[in-house]
Amino acid sequence: MSDAIITVENLGKCYRLQHQQRERYTTLRDLITNRVKSLFGTQNSEPGTQNSEEDFWALKDVSFEIKQGEVVGIIGRNGAGKSTLLKILSRITEPTKGRITLRGRVASLLEVGTGFHPELTGRENIFLNGAILGMTRAEIRSKFDEIVAFAEVEKFLDTPVKRYSSGMYVRLAFAVAAHLEPEILVVDEVLAVGDAEFQKKCLGRMEAVASQGRTVLFVSHNMATVRALCSRAILMKGGSVGCEGNVQNLTDMYGAVEIEDTETENIPAGAHRPGNTGQAVFQTIRICNITGAKTSQLYLGQPFRLTLTLEATSDIREAVIEVGLVASDGTHVTCSRTLDGGAEPFPLPRGRHEVTLEINAFLLPRRYSFALILYHFDGHIIDWVDQVQSLTVANIAEDSSDTYRFWPSIRGYVRPEGVWHLPFPQKGARVK
Amino acid sequence: MNAPRPELIIEAGRAEQQYWRDLWHFRELFYILAWRDIVVRYKQTVIGVAWAVIRPFLTIVVFTLVFNRVAKLEAPGDIPYALFVSAAIIPWQFFASAFSEASSSLLSNSGLISKVYFPRLIIPAGSVITSLVDFALTLAMLAVLMLWYGFAPDWRILFLPLFILQAFAAALGAGLFLCALNVKYRDFRYVVPFIVQFGLYVSPVGFGSERVPQYLRWFYDLNPLVGVIEGFRWACLKGASPLEARTLVSSLTVTIVLCAFGIWYFRKTEKTFADVI
Repeated sequence: MSDAIITVENLGKCYRLQHQQRERYTTLRDLITNRVKSLFGTQNSEPGTQNSEEDFWALKDVSFEIKQGEVVGIIGRNGAGKSTLLKILSRITEPTKGRITLRGRVASLLEVGTGFHPELTGRENIFLNGAILGMTRAEIRSKFDEIVAFAEVEKFLDTPVKRYSSGMYVRLAFAVAAHLEPEILVVDEVLAVGDAEFQKKCLGRMEAVASQGRTVLFVSHNMATVRALCSRAILMKGGSVGCEGNVQNLTDMYGAVEIEDTETENIPAGAHRPGNTGQAVFQTIRICNITGAKTSQLYLGQPFRLTLTLEATSDIREAVIEVGLVASDGTHVTCSRTLDGGAEPFPLPRGRHEVTLEINAFLLPRRYSFALILYHFDGHIIDWVDQVQSLTVANIAEDSSDTYRFWPSIRGYVRPEGVWHLPFPQKGARVK
Repeated sequence: MNAPRPELIIEAGRAEQQYWRDLWHFRELFYILAWRDIVVRYKQTVIGVAWAVIRPFLTIVVFTLVFNRVAKLEAPGDIPYALFVSAAIIPWQFFASAFSEASSSLLSNSGLISKVYFPRLIIPAGSVITSLVDFALTLAMLAVLMLWYGFAPDWRILFLPLFILQAFAAALGAGLFLCALNVKYRDFRYVVPFIVQFGLYVSPVGFGSERVPQYLRWFYDLNPLVGVIEGFRWACLKGASPLEARTLVSSLTVTIVLCAFGIWYFRKTEKTFADVI
């Protein structure tokens, strides 16, 4: 007998698509019109329009096994069937084919704070949400203090949660979920909420759950998290299992898959533009990692390359470009100018041009965005775009050798090149 | 390690077989959702629970003024008209609020339905139970009214729970049917208030059933609320308002059929709720 705790065999889920309707629910009017139309036969049945219903297999022939104590990441692009799989695993919807055998109590977390009621107090919501997630009242009572401490909301326990800040709300919601103790935990990308510090705390909690021999199924887009947490990964592709195995290989592959559909590199028309004279505009911005692949995520310590295109409608004699790096908390971390190192301004002729900037700054894990400024050497701004493109720096190096785990908020933004001299031997010191 | 672990199998049609067991398993959720609805209902209201009593009380006052003082309708026997109307309005309002709450319950809990598994029956059943709490308060009000008029009920009051049960079953059956329809066809949210409004006129709230012409009686008796309301009057008012056997039988039959049909239809469509809502 195998020691699999989750066995999925030939799982399939079929949805019926109705092409003419935009909403998922129908109205009686539609139903009646359709019936009447079909009664009166065939005016409408040219070959193309006839079958307005079509079967769509969101999942087909999915089979895999997960052993006790494994932490498995499920990755894949949007529409690859991850969410459908999760929904079936958590019994929200039934499969059309196949079966799943779960040997243990399952708790699933598809959303933080499901069922939270804004009018109820923090205390009441803990009980409500706990019950929704499948805890008994006795269990909640025994963990109540822990939950409150974890969420850091002691003072507001008897305040309705509608008066909570969004941070507090999320913390409380996650705290309840984090104290579930099922044998199998199914988690959707709920960690993508809250401030960075709280995210760390949640990750820590998930690691703790995993280290207690529980089985965790974790669905995420965030490669860094998947790598940090999971031992194995399953790559979903077009509704079936594309690949499964070592998390390192798969996350690399996912990176490759992901490139095809990262968000547009065009600077949106609605971007925040504090200044523009119309003489030239920044049009696109692209971030590439060292291998030249387009990305919006970097591992810790990776240098990257920024490619900008700008279109000038007239000749500019003495132009300067400046790229500012802005952290998600609004801090202007640093900037790089074409003037750096004493270089002269450059002449920018009319037309479309591509410029590239290689940046080798050791950024600490955060989300960053860019500010792009083009100006005359005399300080006159030609185009200035704020907060474009986002770049996430992971809290882990590509080879997992270097990580940041705690206190992101007090650590600043960049790492200097420091050399430590210690009077005792240190294991694993990096050679740089 | 060797302790037998609960094994759960998910496959098409499987939830069907485990349904009633699951329902028992999720009873805590049932309590807590009902508790939530009750607590939330009167939060941030100045007079809170008093609303549960004020609404039917004012309706009784208006009915008494309009039907008794203006339209000169009389209650049979020597019963005060206000009591005659209260014994009808109280079960009627219970039915109306339970039915409309249940019909919209699934939509207002759509977040839960698309994110967590539990037998969906819990939600509409919970809202009917919630209305039962308000109902208990209005029953207390009826007792106070009886005291005010110096009217003591006799042994027939012991049958009251049966009629409450019938009102409950009727509200649950109709509520289940309409809430299931509501998920798929949003039209029904406009139908429900209409049914409630219409129901008030075809049920013996302001008048007694004996005023209904005989040739219409068989049709009139199909309304499950006729049995409930006449039953209430009979039980509370010492039988001064007669309860006819055929009324009781036909409305009871309709109630049972309605309740069974509601549950059947709900169970049939339940599986697709998460996909459709």
